[in-house]
Amino acid sequence: MDIWNLNTLWFALIAVLWVGYFFLEGFDFGVGMLLPFVSDDDLDRRVVINTIGPVWDGNEVWLLVAGGATFAAFPEWYATLFSGFYLPLFLILIALIIRGVAFEFRSKEDSARWRATWDWAIVIGSFLPALLWGVAFANILRGVPIEMVNGYHEYTGGFWNLLNPYALVGGLASLSLFLLHGALFLSLKTEGTVKDRVDALIRRLAWPAVGLVLAFMVWTYVDLGEGLIPGLLPLLAVVGLVAIPYLALAKKNGWAFMATGGAIALIVATLFIILYPNVLPSSVDAAASLDVYNAASTNLTLKVMTVVAVIFTPLVLVYQSWTYWVFRKRIGRETLSPASH
Amino acid sequence: MSSVLLARWQFGITTIYHFLFVPLTIGLAFLLAVMQTIYYRTGNPQYRRMTKFWGKLFLINFALGVVTGIVQEFQFGMNWSTYSRFVGDIFGAPLAIEGLLAFFLESVFIGLWIFGWDRLSPKVHLLSIWMVALGTSISAFWILAAGSFMQNPVGYTLNSTTGRAELDSFGAVLTNVSLWAHFPHTLSASLTTSAALLVAVSAWHLLRNRDEDFFVTSARFGMTFLLIGALAVAFTGHTMGQVMTDVQPMKMASAEALWETEQPAGFSLFAIGDIENGRNHVNIQVPKVLSLLAANNLSAEVKGINPLQAEMEAKYGPGNYIPNVGLIYWTFRIMVGAGFAMIGLALYGLYLIRKKKLMKFAWYHKIALWALALPFIANATGWVMTEMGRQPFVVYGLLKTDDAASVAVSSGEVLTTLIGFTLLYGVLAFADFYLMAKYAKAGPDPDMDEAQIAASMAY
Repeated sequence: MDIWNLNTLWFALIAVLWVGYFFLEGFDFGVGMLLPFVSDDDLDRRVVINTIGPVWDGNEVWLLVAGGATFAAFPEWYATLFSGFYLPLFLILIALIIRGVAFEFRSKEDSARWRATWDWAIVIGSFLPALLWGVAFANILRGVPIEMVNGYHEYTGGFWNLLNPYALVGGLASLSLFLLHGALFLSLKTEGTVKDRVDALIRRLAWPAVGLVLAFMVWTYVDLGEGLIPGLLPLLAVVGLVAIPYLALAKKNGWAFMATGGAIALIVATLFIILYPNVLPSSVDAAASLDVYNAASTNLTLKVMTVVAVIFTPLVLVYQSWTYWVFRKRIGRETLSPASH
Repeated sequence: MSSVLLARWQFGITTIYHFLFVPLTIGLAFLLAVMQTIYYRTGNPQYRRMTKFWGKLFLINFALGVVTGIVQEFQFGMNWSTYSRFVGDIFGAPLAIEGLLAFFLESVFIGLWIFGWDRLSPKVHLLSIWMVALGTSISAFWILAAGSFMQNPVGYTLNSTTGRAELDSFGAVLTNVSLWAHFPHTLSASLTTSAALLVAVSAWHLLRNRDEDFFVTSARFGMTFLLIGALAVAFTGHTMGQVMTDVQPMKMASAEALWETEQPAGFSLFAIGDIENGRNHVNIQVPKVLSLLAANNLSAEVKGINPLQAEMEAKYGPGNYIPNVGLIYWTFRIMVGAGFAMIGLALYGLYLIRKKKLMKFAWYHKIALWALALPFIANATGWVMTEMGRQPFVVYGLLKTDDAASVAVSSGEVLTTLIGFTLLYGVLAFADFYLMAKYAKAGPDPDMDEAQIAASMAY
């Protein structure tokens, strides 16, 4: 199989974009879901929200670029997937809308009810995508009903077909991984009582969360017939996952955060490697599966995109990393109300 | 209602809603960058207060533009998958490039700007808002590059095997005449919109004699850019009209309710049409002016709807190629009328400031306040005219809207999301308007140092 072509390169680049998205917005989702559980009062909640305040928007762009790159490099994939997963994507969009607006709006009005409403928007808006992205990717991996309709690859499975047990475990896996990832991020970015509560929560969450992710990985290997001897990447992911509870117990939360991040990257990479050369396998008609060739744009479009990506991606990585350096300080109650003590 | 019609409603509602916020984002980012530059250069604290006050309004508005933008990108695949397959080879690339070049720039640097007041040097903090402004304008360029392909497809070949349009020349896509007409027009409309916000909010405070220095400075600043913006809108709009006459004569004829070809052609001031019979009951015209608008020539021929319909049937096969003439005619007039009203508003305001009479004319402030609706009306009607004037095509001359929707999505599903999005947009518009009004009315804070500003800007 010839893998040295632009189609494969763009498949890999899209995988990288999803890795970036889940690594970055993964902890945003975790922080958002934890909001009511690690805070006693409004100031605590503001501490939690401000840990991701300067960065969440830039993190979300990884999704937009992943979507745009899919449209540009694999229009058939984009068209079949987005129309096929219509209602789940609608729910994700609603979630991302209320969440994004909530960050900006919640502290701009003093009323407790106003703030509580937007806080719930943050929690639900973080919970839903954290769950649904796992459901979506599990479905992509396992294959969905795709048939040829008027010469096009069309999804014919309906909404409920997407909520199968395997996909739901996939959803729980992404949910727990992001929750843990976000908790560790919070632990690294806060100080004082919020941090104490987060640390206690991490110790309780770590094993159940890791267990759910491992269950998904095992199911994937058994179900997709990849054999019992997994490749190097998922093995490393397992090592990383199992290490998290021990690292957290040893108060090495920096390392534990790298471990959740590493596990996210390795698991997404594994999923894409299993998928290749398909991009959206059909569960009912192998001939209707979409792959990196029959879903792709022309070579000219891929070339143009490659040139643009080669020039601008490093630049983006530099300035986005730099923001994390600028906002590297921990946030505590004093940071937000310097006059109160 | 058919699935296509529901999907069109959803697209229209989302796009117009999105575009309530976007021009303000593009324009205000630039105006904030100018204000902060003046502060940086002169050290005049008035401009720091201005940056902060208008910056807060900017941020409230910014959030809704960003989140509705996600829907924009997703709905091509969700609702218009047949369209997406047809144009993906050309349309996808500018969209992806927009994300990589523009969305990252604006999203990352907006975070730095909001939270970085006391963590970045003044120079780097100033650079951040310029990066945001640059990002929003780059974003406009790439999305218009994609959209212009729908208005005037260039740089492609039709692949008979795959049945799709495929990229032939990326250079041609980027030098599309429609793009270079739309882009400056959109930027100047954005500048106009944001300047009108400055003028209107200042007027509200000046009517109540609050913080006079601050709001006279803001009003003058706003009026200056309102004048520049609105004049630029008119000039770029004139170019757009000529490009439109070339690439979509049917849209121009519809905008004028010009049923039969005229030479020279008159500009219609008021018409009552008889759509069924392809003529007007009443049409009051200014002679020769349409020829001038369409071709910079007082005696040029401008083609009418009826002969164009016959031409298009010969070219594309039997069918109705006439868009909704009444809608196109009136949206065009409302847009142009709103544009000229803003030029007048800015000119008169600047005259009053020059004569130092601004505070004496309460009625001017009342008008200026209500005139805030003008740019929003002009933006919305402009888009409706541009997009609906292209019908029945979604990609002009190549793909009809009726053939472009998703096959896999049922009309029940589209109805569900149409209701869901519309209700959510409504609630969020209400919250947004409430906060905008609240912060606009509260007026500027007393001058603060950078650390205090940082604390007050945090979430």
